[in-house]
Amino acid sequence: MIEVTNLYKEFKGVPVLKGISTTFEKGITNMIIGQSGSGKTVFLKCLVGLHIPDSGIICFDGRKHTELSIKEHRLLRQEIGMVFQGGALYDSLTVEENIMFPLKMFTDQSLEENLDRVNFVLKRVNLENANNKFPAELSGGMQKRVSIARAIVMNPKYLFCDEPNSGLDPNTATVIDNLIKEITEEYQIITVINSHDMNSVMEIGEKIIFLKDGVKEWEGSNKDIFITENEAIVNFVYSSNLFRKVREAYLKETK
Amino acid sequence: MNYLKHIGKYFIMLKQVFRKPQKWSVFREMLFREIEDLGLKSLGIIMFISFFVGGVVAIQTALNVDSPFIPKYLIGFATKRSMILEFAPTFMSVILAGKVGSYISSSIGTMRVTEQIDALEVMGINSLNYLVLPKIVAVLFFYPLLISLAMFLGIFGGYCAGTLTDLFYSDDYIFGLRLDFDPYFIKYALTKTVVFAFVIATIPAYHGYYVKGGSLEVGRASTQAVVWTSVVIILLNYFLTQMLLG
Repeated sequence: MIEVTNLYKEFKGVPVLKGISTTFEKGITNMIIGQSGSGKTVFLKCLVGLHIPDSGIICFDGRKHTELSIKEHRLLRQEIGMVFQGGALYDSLTVEENIMFPLKMFTDQSLEENLDRVNFVLKRVNLENANNKFPAELSGGMQKRVSIARAIVMNPKYLFCDEPNSGLDPNTATVIDNLIKEITEEYQIITVINSHDMNSVMEIGEKIIFLKDGVKEWEGSNKDIFITENEAIVNFVYSSNLFRKVREAYLKETK
Repeated sequence: MNYLKHIGKYFIMLKQVFRKPQKWSVFREMLFREIEDLGLKSLGIIMFISFFVGGVVAIQTALNVDSPFIPKYLIGFATKRSMILEFAPTFMSVILAGKVGSYISSSIGTMRVTEQIDALEVMGINSLNYLVLPKIVAVLFFYPLLISLAMFLGIFGGYCAGTLTDLFYSDDYIFGLRLDFDPYFIKYALTKTVVFAFVIATIPAYHGYYVKGGSLEVGRASTQAVVWTSVVIILLNYFLTQMLLG
């Protein structure tokens, strides 16, 4: 479990996160949602260690980030997989080399063992024949899948995804969503997804945290979102007519 | 004040760079890649420029000392001195600052804006050590070879230019080359080369690594990197010359 307590972060005197506290359980898809500028990305970057919080505690299965030595921090990071918004694949490396990179860096396995593992994760993300392609030769959806494959190749305990569906068509977005959910359940990892995509939120958001102006405004599941009375999240999620109608229909049906 | 901030940040960056590589096999792989990208791929331009610069120096000297009182072997002597002391180490380093500096800055800068550096950091990799140290080691080992080749080709270019145009006889030129040869000058030139090589690898890496924004900023950082690398090379050239020859 990841426990976050009173997380506070500011940039040049401007507070971006104002004392956020929450927990992320394993085996479920945790989602962070909110408007642009609400602090989602900063929150995620604090969790993965790219930003250092000004105050507050992040506790990874009992390990407080403030009490870890540099070596322990490095070891913790090896347990983290991250899917970046743009994929963040290394342009000069092939798909196979991209995925094999963490294995070469952190394990002493032979090339054959590494290749077996790479082929296994590529199969897991349905990209069996892309080994020798370069990232520039792949579609956006394929790049995301390679990014997911690289994130899970080391069997991480924690998987963080920054807007995994941005720039993808609805079909591909659904494929990516389902893949992340399946992997989360299959490997029982703690998955935290930062998303703008309301389809994803409704589909796979087992625990949702809504941030507004750096404050945790609401917390619940995708089912709770239909019945919540919280004005801020209702205005955010049901800003489109389609979602408003879906909610009305759902509420009518459940009455 | 801003300059001081950058200088301080540059030295803090170097502290992160000079750490033990996390995995020697990965470091070795990166080192060979950098030797190819930063060294071998610069071979052609350095050979071409040094050959013709040597030719121009010889022709200019021959045309400007066209007097019966000045011996013709002076052309070989002047070409040798010019190539070894200045043109090969300094002029070629400024050329490399443009070619290699912009490559280093833009490649690292692109990695920064496309979150590839963040991906390294999330994995627990010291990104500065992983990206910059192999570049420094590659240029420190390879550039002295490159500049030695430039010295030779410059002098050879002078020989070809003069003898093919009948501006001087080859015997005179070779006599000038052998006249008053001081091996310390080679040591001086290679010392300068090593210092300039370090500057060529680290200043563009600094500009690329700390870039913020998008592709436009990467372009700007690349330009800044070339300008500052050239400025530092010229300034260091002055101080090193004063220290080593003064």
